[in-house]
Amino acid sequence: MSTLQLKHIDKRFGDTVVLRDIDLEAAEGEFVALVGPSGCGKSTLLRIISGLEPTTAGEIILDGKRVNDVSAAERGLAMVFQSYALYPHMTVYQNMAFGLENTGTPKAEIERKIGDAARMLQLDVLLQRRPTQLSGGQRQRVAIGRAIVRNPKLFLFDEPLSNLDAELRVQMRAEIIALHQRLKTGMIYVTHDQVEAMTMADKIVVLRAGQVEQTGTPLELYNSPQNRFVAGFIGSPRMNFIEAVVTARDGRGLTLALAGFEPQATINVAVDPAAAAHGTAVMLGVRPEHLEVAEGAGAPDTVTVQIAQVEQLGGHGFIHCTLPTSKRSLVVQFQGQIASRAGATVTLRIPPAACHVFSTAAGEPALPPLHGAG
Amino acid sequence: MPDALRFLTRTSGRARLDWTDWLSYAYLFVGLFLMFGPVLWIVMSSFKTQSGLTDFPPSFLPYGQKSVQVAGNEARLPLYRVKMPDGSTRELAELRRIGLTATMIDPAKPGEEIPVNIKDREKTSELRVATENYTELFGKLSFGRYLWNSVFITVVATLITLLFNSMAAFALSKYRFRGQKTVFLLIIATLMIPPTIILVPNFLVISNLGLLNSLWGVIWPAVATPTGVFLLRQYMLTIPDELLDAARMDHASEWQIYWRIVLPLTAPALAVLAIFSVMWRWNDFLWPLIVLSRSELFTLQLALNAFQGELQTEWNYLLAMTVITIIPVTLVFAFLQKHITTGIASSGVK
Amino acid sequence: MSQSAKADGDQGKAGASALGRALAWLPALLEPVMRFAQRVLGARRMPWLFLAPNLLIFGTFTFLPIIINFYYAFTGGVKLFPSERPFTGMENLATLFDCRDYFDPSTCRKDIFWQAVYNTAKFAVLQVGLMVVFSVITALVLNRKIIGRGFWRGVYFYPVLLSPVVVALIWKWILQSQGVLNGLLVGVGVAPTEWLTSASWMFFWVILVSIWAHMGFYTLIVLAGLQAIPKDLYDAAQMDSASPWRVLRRITLPLLMPNLLVVIVLALIRAVQIFDEVFVLTGGGPGTATTFLVQFIYQTGFAEAIHLYGLAAAASLVLAGALLVLTLLQLKIAGGGEIKDGKAKGGAGHA
Ligand SMILES: Nc1ncnc2c1ncn2[C@@H]1O[C@H](COP(=O)(O)OP(=O)(O)OP(=O)(O)O)[C@@H](O)[C@H]1O
Ligand SMILES: [Mg+2]
Repeated sequence: MSTLQLKHIDKRFGDTVVLRDIDLEAAEGEFVALVGPSGCGKSTLLRIISGLEPTTAGEIILDGKRVNDVSAAERGLAMVFQSYALYPHMTVYQNMAFGLENTGTPKAEIERKIGDAARMLQLDVLLQRRPTQLSGGQRQRVAIGRAIVRNPKLFLFDEPLSNLDAELRVQMRAEIIALHQRLKTGMIYVTHDQVEAMTMADKIVVLRAGQVEQTGTPLELYNSPQNRFVAGFIGSPRMNFIEAVVTARDGRGLTLALAGFEPQATINVAVDPAAAAHGTAVMLGVRPEHLEVAEGAGAPDTVTVQIAQVEQLGGHGFIHCTLPTSKRSLVVQFQGQIASRAGATVTLRIPPAACHVFSTAAGEPALPPLHGAG
Repeated sequence: MPDALRFLTRTSGRARLDWTDWLSYAYLFVGLFLMFGPVLWIVMSSFKTQSGLTDFPPSFLPYGQKSVQVAGNEARLPLYRVKMPDGSTRELAELRRIGLTATMIDPAKPGEEIPVNIKDREKTSELRVATENYTELFGKLSFGRYLWNSVFITVVATLITLLFNSMAAFALSKYRFRGQKTVFLLIIATLMIPPTIILVPNFLVISNLGLLNSLWGVIWPAVATPTGVFLLRQYMLTIPDELLDAARMDHASEWQIYWRIVLPLTAPALAVLAIFSVMWRWNDFLWPLIVLSRSELFTLQLALNAFQGELQTEWNYLLAMTVITIIPVTLVFAFLQKHITTGIASSGVK
Repeated sequence: MSQSAKADGDQGKAGASALGRALAWLPALLEPVMRFAQRVLGARRMPWLFLAPNLLIFGTFTFLPIIINFYYAFTGGVKLFPSERPFTGMENLATLFDCRDYFDPSTCRKDIFWQAVYNTAKFAVLQVGLMVVFSVITALVLNRKIIGRGFWRGVYFYPVLLSPVVVALIWKWILQSQGVLNGLLVGVGVAPTEWLTSASWMFFWVILVSIWAHMGFYTLIVLAGLQAIPKDLYDAAQMDSASPWRVLRRITLPLLMPNLLVVIVLALIRAVQIFDEVFVLTGGGPGTATTFLVQFIYQTGFAEAIHLYGLAAAASLVLAGALLVLTLLQLKIAGGGEIKDGKAKGGAGHA
């Protein structure tokens, strides 16, 4: 039961800047997910929290105390590594006992703690096995067990599920969520899988190239991404992006001319008109699940595209469309089943309320919505 | 009949053995003879009696001249088969020999002395395994002492080698610190400096340290092998760093990480180094030759060298001692051959 | 097949870790000391503590002696302690190189030194040449589809493990005038020879014996090189219907060449340092027929009544020079002078 605060964390390896001015706060018992593309510095940040890696600048505050100079062992955190890092020459029991022995825990207590953890994780029958004699999922559980027995203030996970197959991943995801609800200990969870982050976390921190792009609850990130990167990163399949130019402004928002459509398509979006001048190039973003297949052409907010491919999954499906005069493509998610085939043309409605508009300036921030508008 | 031949010459992989296969096997069997023959010959010879060793041409099996105890003589007398003037053959024992004539007696009738021209007689041989070459060794020649010296040096030096080298390898493979590269290059550089070119100054160092004529004078210079550091470092590089991080999170001290995590995982490489070290120290010659000049400190190798250089070499004992010296090496070879050969093939060092 | 190999590996691993457990008392004993050291030094300085014993020994018994060796080489007298030795400059080296005709050792002041130099050069060239040929042939044979490859590989490797003294005694016993070799010769009707007292024969036997003792090691390295040649090249050659001879000439040998160069230089480095087995087998004789450089150093510095340390050290410098050239050659071959992380192919010392 602890709080964690990072203030202005910088990290350099020699001349390469890996983390820049990171701020982060984890409340008591909060499940925080760090997401971002490969190489963005997630692991480095986690290792800085753990104490395995020193910071170049900035403060790490654990339970209100600055712990920059406290060693990894003394911080009282536990880490589950991507490769599990189970000691291959020790049995499951010895793996879990090693840390406790090092702190001089009495034998009986070690036994009790391991017993509890093993029961919780269904490891009872595996205690005398070596890591090589375990399946991937079992190893994962042992790694978690090793963390649990130490009663850590915080759990740190570094992509713990990335070595598992899809089915196991879903199962272990549920187990970790259950564990969190049961232990109520805070968790910092690194992943590059946004689905994991969305389904597990109370709070998501999106990192890119060593900087925090946005912090918020999963739905905040989904509903109001602060920039195009976050918008593209959160949500599956990815948000569609269409180049557009502001052609009119009024009290109800902006009118955008969309590039690449035949006939020319325009759309009205509820964006603060003060945010973009006439003639500004912007990027329109709309999620595949918000696009709708419309009945006839010519209605407002509709575009006509050609179907490149249809993926029917039964309960729902996707249409991949090509724009007539642009290299971009659109993905549309539909419910149920449809009869359309590749090669046909289809009319899509772009609901203005579901549109996000991003500036093309540096950082591609989202334009603020019109106040009072949906 | 051709069918049978074809069946016999069939191999598992291909249909038939062709001439290159026959040539290969011929080469291998000749090699077998040349490589093992000399050693086998030493072993067979070591079971021959002193007189059996002087037979020429020598026999493969340990034949020795028969001898008998004859009343009135303290020593046993050698037996000969003698062709008598009347054409018959008798077995007689030699009493003494002057020039071409030997004085012989019949063991059954000890009273009568018979002069015999040595051309008319032939040694009577019997198959006799002279195990006394071995059993008497321990009493004679302070063999036990030499054996102990060799074992002491080998075991102690190997233990220290494993400890020191693995510590250095650990530092060089699992840490990142300033000067690391320099240290590694320095150690690799010593690989290029053979001990033979620093004999004289090393002798000075050893005598200044008071280690002359001490077994430790052989041990200390030998325990920091660049080969060992290199071999272990390469192996430790394959141990994932995450394991060490996990151990650090587990409150392990750096020393604990070294011996509770890294050392056990390096066991295969340590085994290879242990084998190498045992071989090196057991077989060492030049350096012990310089450091150890008192005979009670001799290792087996030095003792062998000293005895073979003596004027009256007792080859029967020397051979037995050689065979005993070969035994540990042969055992290592028999049981650990695979480790050694893969160790050499993967590191390119001996 | 693969099943048993795996079981074998597990067994080996189990054995190794059992050995590890048996030896764990040593580091366990040091634990309190090291815990204290870490508290005093801090974790960041611990690597230096881990390096300390090795560096101390390398410093004392390798680096310091290298420096002292130079001092010896430029001082004279018969005293061991440096302070008692008068500085003589290049005199020792000059003595060694005092020759009227460098190609005739008998015109030199230190005729034995030059004899040793020539013997060593001759030995190195002949021995390495022959050894490489035998090693390659043996490795080629061992690389074929033969039954019991492990066994055969072991056969050639076995003498490598024998000590030089043992090797020398084995052959001395075989070559002596009443020995088995003469016995066999007599058996086939050839007159016996006094091998051990004939200078030219002895040189021949020294080469042969050293090949016998060491070729297994080089065979192993060549074999590793052969096995690193991708199998599909041979399949491709077979599709091109190349004859075995052409496969050897055009595929195997060219691809083996880098490996072979390393073997040659490595063998040269070792051959130049030949001492132990020859010293026991011949004592350098008959006469000076088999006196080599290291033996000259040993005799000058240690074995003779007057210990001429300076002269021995100077001779060591000459040897070191030769080894340096060979080592640089080796580094150049091994890859542009840099030490590769993967494999430091050998080196001069036997450790
Ligand atoms: N010890 C180091 N020395 C130099 N650069 C490093 C070091 N460790 C990491 N980096 C660099 O820091 C950056 C961030 O690495 P990090 O491991 O934190 O990425 P990550 O977000 O965890 O990526 P992934 O999702 O692939 O695990 C990378 O560009 C990496 O190359
Ligand atoms: Mg990572």
